[in-house]
Amino acid sequence: MSMSSGPTPAPSTAGDPPPLLSLRNIDKSFGAVHVLRSVDLDVYAGQVTALVGDNGAGKSTLIKGVAGIYSFDSGDYLFEGQPVVVHDPKAANALGIEVVYQDLALCDNLDVVHNMFLGREEKRGITLDEDDMESRARKTLDGLSVRTLKSVRQKVSSLSGGQRQTVAIARAVLWNSKLVILDEPTAALGVAQTEQVLNLVRRLADNGLGVILISHNMNDVMQVADNIAALYLGQMAAQVKAKDVSHGQIVELITSGRSGDLGLHPQQTGASA
Amino acid sequence: MSTTTTDAPDRVQPEDEGLAQAFRDYVQRLRGGQLGSLPAALGLIVLVLFFTALQGSTFFSAFNLANLLSQGAMIIVLAMGLVFVLLLGEIDLSAGYAAGTCAAVLGVGLTQKGWSLPLSLAACIVTGVVIGVVIGLLVARLGAPSFVVTLSMFLALQGLMLLIIGSGGTIPIDDTTILAIQNNNLSPLGGWILFVIVIVGYALVTGLRMQRRRAGGLTAEAPSVWLFKVVSIGVLYGLATFFLNQERSRNPELTSIKGVPYIVPIILVLLVVLSFILGRTAFGRHVYAVGGNAEAARRAGISVRGVKIACFIACSTMAAVAGILFASRDNSISPSTGGSTTLLYAVAAAVIGGTSLFGGVGKVSDAVIGGLVVAVIANGLPLITQEAGIQFIVTGGVLLVAATVDALSRKRAVAS
Repeated sequence: MSMSSGPTPAPSTAGDPPPLLSLRNIDKSFGAVHVLRSVDLDVYAGQVTALVGDNGAGKSTLIKGVAGIYSFDSGDYLFEGQPVVVHDPKAANALGIEVVYQDLALCDNLDVVHNMFLGREEKRGITLDEDDMESRARKTLDGLSVRTLKSVRQKVSSLSGGQRQTVAIARAVLWNSKLVILDEPTAALGVAQTEQVLNLVRRLADNGLGVILISHNMNDVMQVADNIAALYLGQMAAQVKAKDVSHGQIVELITSGRSGDLGLHPQQTGASA
Repeated sequence: MSTTTTDAPDRVQPEDEGLAQAFRDYVQRLRGGQLGSLPAALGLIVLVLFFTALQGSTFFSAFNLANLLSQGAMIIVLAMGLVFVLLLGEIDLSAGYAAGTCAAVLGVGLTQKGWSLPLSLAACIVTGVVIGVVIGLLVARLGAPSFVVTLSMFLALQGLMLLIIGSGGTIPIDDTTILAIQNNNLSPLGGWILFVIVIVGYALVTGLRMQRRRAGGLTAEAPSVWLFKVVSIGVLYGLATFFLNQERSRNPELTSIKGVPYIVPIILVLLVVLSFILGRTAFGRHVYAVGGNAEAARRAGISVRGVKIACFIACSTMAAVAGILFASRDNSISPSTGGSTTLLYAVAAAVIGGTSLFGGVGKVSDAVIGGLVVAVIANGLPLITQEAGIQFIVTGGVLLVAATVDALSRKRAVAS
């Protein structure tokens, strides 16, 4: 698959500071299935980059590659301008990349503080430093202006879906992370709770973090995203600024890989059909 | 669900909330399905009142109270170990015979081999550790269900025990130190000294933590709640100490029996150490995490296998301790030591105390409260009816009630 000679969809981000995360010509296959072809992606600190695409477009594979769960077959992975090698999740964490998966991976029987520090507990001697953990958890939640949690000593089993999502996001932020990847954070939520979580996503970016938001919900995307990257059958159809495109254009990019002069050339979309 | 975005979040300040607030929070937790030890504590009170009403003079006597503690000790210690395994959502059906096997090693060491007491005790404990390692490796490494693994160990250990005991059938224990554990008492003064140490220690540890957390602006108990807890524990424990310090010998001129049995401080030490491990260390936290959501624990970088193996070792090691108590109480070790209803009573004790069979919920203190409930039933029923059939049915019924409460409260917690 020699796609590298084809016109790369250049992100229309001139004038911005250098990206926090930069992927170039990423390829990934599982056996005979070519899942990602020459994908480029730029994520900027302080911005929400929405990653959209239909089922099977390669969103999850791309994210898992960034998070170190898979490694890419070829292509450049630049973090803060430096080429890095991320072969396992620990390496991604060390760089400051945290992923909030759709299932949240919370322990219902533990409270909010315990969950936020799970596997990375603060210790004093051999005992857990509960006081320090609680005040750090509190500080992180305050920093995100989270008002919905009554007590950080509540068990997660007593929290609503939106509160759980909040805890999972706060956990990702706790570790001085620079890039937070959110996988469908609003998929299971009602209207009010979706609103809360989207506000939180916006605040993450306003606090200077880079955010990748995977979502199927175009309203969510248009509401919070600064940047929209649309994947179409394993190729990056376009990465555009949210204010430059309409709802309809995004849907076209997702469903056919092109919209007007945006997106892939007809032969590219045709070739992969 | 407000979505305003002011900068200063109006969180609940840890002010003086007092007893009333603590009570409301507690009721809230109960409604959310977090029952804890409440059903067991209520059950214990009801049972004691019930047996006292029917057989007051026999049941509620100092002699019987001490007897009940020594009967319940093995169940309590076994249940303490089982709590670790149950917290993972696993089960160890072999714990009873693990206790028997370890006791057999102790007995053979002391008598046939002529080992010294420390060596025999060490061999007994090491046997427990080895059994735990074997079960842990089979469950965690091979992924075999713990039910099947420990069921086969249940049979295999029974056989191993017969082989160790040999053709003699019963090993008499005459080591005075071993016998003292379950048969001797602290002096009345010693009992009160222990009382002071326990209550002052408890008050200091919890009080200082409360002070420190208030100073740091963190959520803390109200002083009134703290005082209430210290006073109520003090009163209950003081009453028990007073009662146990009464003369309970049938023939006081011949031999005087009074004082708190040695087994009480032993169980208290085990309770404190194991509660510390589960509640205050990273390992303990990981046990709860694996029991609550193993996949989340794995993704958080916790060694799920390591935690599982460690919990099975803890369980079998506590079984070895229970084996020592069996040897002390029965003055001998026979092929039925640790058999019959032992394991089922221990599982019942943990579950009645509030440890969930579904994993993730439970405390070491559950084993003590639940063990007392089981001991009261096992001790009180024979005073009312000699019919063994009825005794089994009632005990089974109590376990069934506990398991049902567990399942229902879990349903409640999921729904809320």
